Amino acid sequence: MITWLRRNLFRTWWDSIMTVVFGYVGLWVIWTVIEFVFVTGRWEIIQVNLKLLLVGRFPDELMWLVGASLTALAFWIAAVAGGSKIDLNNVQTLSQRLFDYTRRFGLIVALAALLIFLAADMAALVLAFQVLGGIVVGRMVGLARRNVSLVGAIPGIIWHPMLASPAIALVLVTLMESTLEEWGGFLINFYMAIISIVLCFPLGVLLALGRRSSFPIIRLVTTTYIELIRGAPLFVLLLLAGVALEFFIPPSIAPDAIFRGVTVFTLFTAAYLAEIVRGGLQSIPKGQTEAGKALGLSTTKITYLITMPQALRNVIPAQIGQFISLFKDTTLAGAALNILDVLNVGTAITKQQDFLGQGLIYEALAFVALLFWVGSYVMSRESQRLEKRLGVGVR
Amino acid sequence: MSSLPSAPAKVPIWRDVRVLRWLFQIAVLAVVGLIIYWIWGNYQTNIERSSVQTDLRFLDNPASFTIPGNDFDQSSPVRAAFVQGFLNTIQVALVGIFFATILGTIVGIARLSKNLVVRTLAAAYVEVIRNLPLLLLLTFMNLAVVLQTFPRIEDAWKPLDLFVISNRGLAIPWFEGSAGQLGLLLLAGIVLAFVVVKLERARADRVGRPSRGLLLGTVALAIVPVIGWIVLGYTWTLPFVDGRGTSGGLRLDPSFFALIVALVVYTSSHIAEIVRGSILAVPRGQGEAADALALSNSQKMRIIILPQAFRVAMPALGNQYLNLIKNSSLGATISYFELTQIAQITVGNGSPAVPAFTLTLLVYLAISLFTSLFVNYFNRRLALVER
Repeated sequence: MITWLRRNLFRTWWDSIMTVVFGYVGLWVIWTVIEFVFVTGRWEIIQVNLKLLLVGRFPDELMWLVGASLTALAFWIAAVAGGSKIDLNNVQTLSQRLFDYTRRFGLIVALAALLIFLAADMAALVLAFQVLGGIVVGRMVGLARRNVSLVGAIPGIIWHPMLASPAIALVLVTLMESTLEEWGGFLINFYMAIISIVLCFPLGVLLALGRRSSFPIIRLVTTTYIELIRGAPLFVLLLLAGVALEFFIPPSIAPDAIFRGVTVFTLFTAAYLAEIVRGGLQSIPKGQTEAGKALGLSTTKITYLITMPQALRNVIPAQIGQFISLFKDTTLAGAALNILDVLNVGTAITKQQDFLGQGLIYEALAFVALLFWVGSYVMSRESQRLEKRLGVGVR
Repeated sequence: MSSLPSAPAKVPIWRDVRVLRWLFQIAVLAVVGLIIYWIWGNYQTNIERSSVQTDLRFLDNPASFTIPGNDFDQSSPVRAAFVQGFLNTIQVALVGIFFATILGTIVGIARLSKNLVVRTLAAAYVEVIRNLPLLLLLTFMNLAVVLQTFPRIEDAWKPLDLFVISNRGLAIPWFEGSAGQLGLLLLAGIVLAFVVVKLERARADRVGRPSRGLLLGTVALAIVPVIGWIVLGYTWTLPFVDGRGTSGGLRLDPSFFALIVALVVYTSSHIAEIVRGSILAVPRGQGEAADALALSNSQKMRIIILPQAFRVAMPALGNQYLNLIKNSSLGATISYFELTQIAQITVGNGSPAVPAFTLTLLVYLAISLFTSLFVNYFNRRLALVER
C-alpha cells in the first residue's frame, strides 16, 4: 500500500506537489459537479420540457412511428453485431460476460433509465421494452446467421440490405411524415446522423476508389471534389444550402431544411471518409493485389474480396471517429438551417415564461451535453473494442 | 503447302482495352459535365427570374452595419467588411492555434505521466471534451459563462487589479503606443533570437557542450522588445472601469473571448490525443538511451522524445489546425464578426447570396491551402533525412 502510494503519487517532491495541487483541483471539480447535480441544479426545466428536448412537438398520434423506427434500428444494429462471423475471444463465464456488457452498455442503460425516470410515463417504459425486444430479436437473428447454415448461406450483399431496409425505411418515413414545425429535439440530430452515415459510406468508398483509380480523368474529378469539400467549413456549406440552393435546382424540387442538412452532411462526410478509406487502401501491401491477380481474379473482385475488406478493417477507428464528428456536427444544422435541434430547443426552453431569467442555461446545456456525450463515448469505446476483436495491428 | 501462321487478328475496336478505358472516362466526364451544365442552366434561369446580381459589384455598396471595435461604419463598403472579417478570422486562427498547441501538448504529456492523479485528470479532460459538440461548448461559453456568470460592468471582477472581467468582455494590461512599432520591435527580437540560436548551436557543436539555444533565444526574444520599449518610452496601461465600459489596456470582445476559449479547449483535447499517440510512437529505446545517458526527465522529454514525437505528429497536427480555422466559422453563431458572420449579415442586408458565399468559401479555401502548404513545408523540414 505504502509502496503503491509512493510509486503512483509521491515519487519526488515535485510529484508530491503535483499530486496535492491536482488532487485538490480534481476533488473540487467532482464536488462541484455533485453539488450541481444533486443540490443546486433545478431540473424541473428538463422534466417539464423532456418531450420537446427529445422529439420536439412531434404529433402524439404519430409517436408510434418513433417507437417503430427506434425498434427497427435496435434490431438492425443488434443483428449485425451478433451476426459477425468473427469468433469471439473465448468462452466466457456468465459473470465475466455480465461485467463486459455492463462496461460496454451500462452508460446507455443508465441514460435510458434516467430518461424514463424523468418522463415518469408509461409510454416511455413501453418504448424501452419495444427497443429491448428489437435488440433481443436482432441478437437471435444474428446468432442464427452464425449457427444455422441455411441462414448463414445467404450472401452478405442480400443479407445486410435485408436487415437495414426496415430501419432505414422507417427512419425516412419518420423524417418525412411530419413537418418541420413539428419536428425537433434530439431525435432529429440522431436521425440526420444515421441517414447521412448510411448514405455517405458508399459514396466515400467510391470516391476513394476513384482517387486511386488508374483513369486520369476520374482521378482528377474525384480529387477536385474531395479537396474542394475539405477546404470548406461545414457551417458555411450549410448556410449556402440554406439560402442558395434554390438557385441551383428548379425551385419546385427544393427540399426542406432537414433534407438540405442531410444532403450537405452526406456530401461533406463522404469527402473525409474517402480520404480515410484511401489511407486504408494504401496500407494494404502490394502482394495482396498480386496474389489476387495470380489467382486470376478480375480487378473488381480483387477490390471487393481482397483489398477493400482489409482496408476498411484497418481504418475502423478513423471511420467511426468521422461518424462521431458527424453526429456532433448535426448541431450545426440547427444553427445554420433553423432546424429546432436539441441544442436550439435547449437554449429556447430557458426563455419560456416559467423559466425566464432564472439562469437555468446550465441545466439545459448540461442535459444536452449528457445526450451527446453518452452517444459519442459509447461509440468510440465500441470502435476500440471492434478494432481489438478484428485484430487490427495484431495479425 | 502448309499455311504460315497468320498474324494475330486485330482486336476489334469495341474490345480494345485502351479504347474502352478512354470511352469510359469520357462517359464519366460527360455525366459530370451534364450535371454542371444542368446546375448552371438552373442558376441562369433562376437568376433571371429573381433578377439578382451575379457579379461582385455588391462589394462596393455601403455595408449599412457597424463592427464594434474599429472605425468601420455604416457607409463603408461591403468590401471593407469582408476584409475586416478576414482579418478577424486570421486573428482567431492564430491565437487559437497558439494556445491550443500549448494546452494540447501539456495535456498529452500529462496523460502519460507516472503520477496517477495527473494522468487521471488529463484523461478525464480529454474524454469529456472530445465527445461534446463544439457548438455546445461555444454556446456554453457564450450564454452560460460570459452572459450569465460574468458580472455586470458595475461589479466587475478585478483579479489582482490587472484584469477587468465583466459580461462586456475581458480587459487585459496592454502596451501603449503604435502597434506598428511594437510589431517591428518584436520582429527584431525574433531575428535576433534566430541569430543567437544559430550561433549558440554552432558554439555548442564546437565546444561539445549541451546547447542552451532555447534559453538564450528566449532571452534574446524578450530583451529586444523590452529595451526598445524602454528606450522609446513606451508604457503599459492597466484596464479600469470607466462608466459603462473599460478604459486602458486591451479590451477583448466577449464573443471573441468565448470563441477562443471554446476553440482552444475543443482543439486541445484532439491535439492531446495526437501528442500522446506520437510520444508512444517514439521507440522505447530512445527514452532508455536518454536514461542511460543520465539525462533528467525534462531533458529527456525536451531533447529526445518531443522532437521525434512532433515529427510523427506534424501531419495530424496540421489537420487539427485546418479544423480549427474552419471551425472558427462558428463564431457567426455568437455574433463574432469573422468572415462567415460578415457574409451572413451582408446577405441579410440584400447582397446576392451566391456570389457572397462563393467568395467566402474561396477565402476559406485559400486559407486552408496556404496552411497546408505551410504545414507541408514544416513537415519536410522535420522529416527524417534518409540516405
